Amino acid sequence: MEPIKKHKGLVYPLNRSNIDTDQIIPKQFLKRIERQGFGQFLFFNWRFFDDGTPRENFSLNDDKYNDASILVAGENFGCGSSREHAPWALQDFGFKVIIASSFADIFYNNCIKNGILPIVLNEETVQKLIVNGSNEKYDITVDLERQIVEDENGLQATFDITPYQRQMLLNGWDEIAVTLTHGDKIDLYESTH
Amino acid sequence: MKTPKTIVEKIWERHVVHQEEGKPDLLYIDLHLVHEVTSPQAFEGLRMNGRSVRRPDKTYATMDHNVPTRERHIIRDQISKTQMDTLKQNCQQFGISLADIDHPDQGIVHVIGPELGLTQPGKTIVCGDSHTSTHGAFGALAFGIGTSEVEHVLATQTLWQARPKTLNVKVNGKLGLGVTAKDLILAIIAQNGVRFGTGYVIEYTGEAIRNLSMEERMTVCNMSIEAGARAGLISPDKTTFEYLKGKRHSPENYEEAVANWKELATDNGATYDATVEINADEIEPQVTWGTNPGMCIPVSASVPHPEAAASANAKEETERALEYMGLEADQPISSVNIEHVFIGSCTNSRLSDLRKAADIVSGKKVKDGVQAIVVPGSHSVKTAAEAEGLDAIFKQAGFEWRDAGCSMCLAMNDDVVPPGERCASTSNRNFEGRQGNGARTHLVSPEMAAAAAIEGHFVDVRNYKQPVTN
Repeated sequence: MEPIKKHKGLVYPLNRSNIDTDQIIPKQFLKRIERQGFGQFLFFNWRFFDDGTPRENFSLNDDKYNDASILVAGENFGCGSSREHAPWALQDFGFKVIIASSFADIFYNNCIKNGILPIVLNEETVQKLIVNGSNEKYDITVDLERQIVEDENGLQATFDITPYQRQMLLNGWDEIAVTLTHGDKIDLYESTH
Repeated sequence: MKTPKTIVEKIWERHVVHQEEGKPDLLYIDLHLVHEVTSPQAFEGLRMNGRSVRRPDKTYATMDHNVPTRERHIIRDQISKTQMDTLKQNCQQFGISLADIDHPDQGIVHVIGPELGLTQPGKTIVCGDSHTSTHGAFGALAFGIGTSEVEHVLATQTLWQARPKTLNVKVNGKLGLGVTAKDLILAIIAQNGVRFGTGYVIEYTGEAIRNLSMEERMTVCNMSIEAGARAGLISPDKTTFEYLKGKRHSPENYEEAVANWKELATDNGATYDATVEINADEIEPQVTWGTNPGMCIPVSASVPHPEAAASANAKEETERALEYMGLEADQPISSVNIEHVFIGSCTNSRLSDLRKAADIVSGKKVKDGVQAIVVPGSHSVKTAAEAEGLDAIFKQAGFEWRDAGCSMCLAMNDDVVPPGERCASTSNRNFEGRQGNGARTHLVSPEMAAAAAIEGHFVDVRNYKQPVTN
């Protein structure tokens, strides 16, 4: 897993609440047995007509967001299905950070496991980012070590993350390798239960 | 005196392998259920790192999401076939029991776990599927995980988990005749929203919950994730112990197991981080009108008006949902015509669900222009239903009688609702495109779906026919 410490990137605002993982990656793309290559299917039904031509009224098809790496959305982002294909698709498309006023639990976890930083900010700040990001090309900087989101015009917001999850992301650790160092404890548990 | 504890606290404490300041707990997993869609990358991860499956004996796999429900062995979609073949190879390589497409135990993973007695009170159960919450009906701590966590459990039989907050959903009173467990959970979500359970494990308590059968409890716990909660559970009781008695994987020394399970129930005086209450007497049969399960109204009501929304965002959300669903504000939901009926899914595909639906359609005919299918939750459910003649009742009424699988709940196989068409569905998600790109889903109980199939639109089953009890 790639570590993530500090990231400056272009905001893509998606002002909707309750975006479920069926929208992030529709089921017809869950049949692949690889981890890679899901970016082309991200938000597929919103981005494309059935025949694969782009829907021009969907903002992600706007060229100005071509290099976006920070997705900002409304509350309860990633609700529904546990499919990890959702963070895989976001990451493969180029997103490294997702900001929302709240996340669904499983999706949040899945992001951490893949080195995507999910950030919860209050609704007011999220709306500011969405408005700024909708108007022009808008870059922000996310600093995981300081737990701060800031832009060049003085906007600054702090965010919470558990120390464990912060460490995982900062170091890009392989969690299974970490757990296997506790193999004796697992052996002990199994022999006593 | 011992401090009173909730069932969640008790199960948690029994499963902590390692605890350390500043870290989540390392939790032992008793049962890992696996299916074809969310596992291939996890097995591949094991191979790439030269790791093995720590406890194949605590791992059980089946095929459900992709499987065809008719012409069982003609898998037209080669990518689906590859995914199923891959699961078979992975199970062979790592020594995991698999109920594949030909196996008599095959079925939806959340139907067969309980059926086989793999699901038991006090167990920690995970699966790469958000509806793993279903198993909480037995007083197990059961939750969905992503594929990275699937790999983690395969390799270590543990997960790093922060201790969740607890939410008591207390259901007072009694459900009326014709009002089902499905209506109950839909009403709970409609009242409290699709994220009130986020960060919590829900424990369902109260008189109406105690009166539910095991299969009804599974319906309720199944949709906990639709309220945002990864897990939802019910303290085990006599109903639980009677259900599990004699199941294939139930403990041999059953009385001893029951004595142990009885200890799990939440103690009197235990405290929760939050509580919501709902009165079962007031609940009517429910129908969703929108594109998330919280967008739900009683069958007697009309589709909401965007102007009535609490905020500008909610108004936009309502407008978008109405447009997607092809509905007018203030339109009575009973006036909405449907073209498809799907009776199935991990929410409502068990024998009692099929019995109740069959009772509604018995001697009647599916409305012209409606395609109605019944997809039993497992091969065992199918066989049992056929032994009772339920298949004949459905077929005579004009339903198609299919083989077991997830089917039209998420339309990964050939069972797809075409764009713009409308389906009365006993499944759990009415998201955009869930049952097919552009498909319009209305979530209802099996009785409501059955009545809609006959009438071609939603009707209040309470006035339709006296429903059967279990």
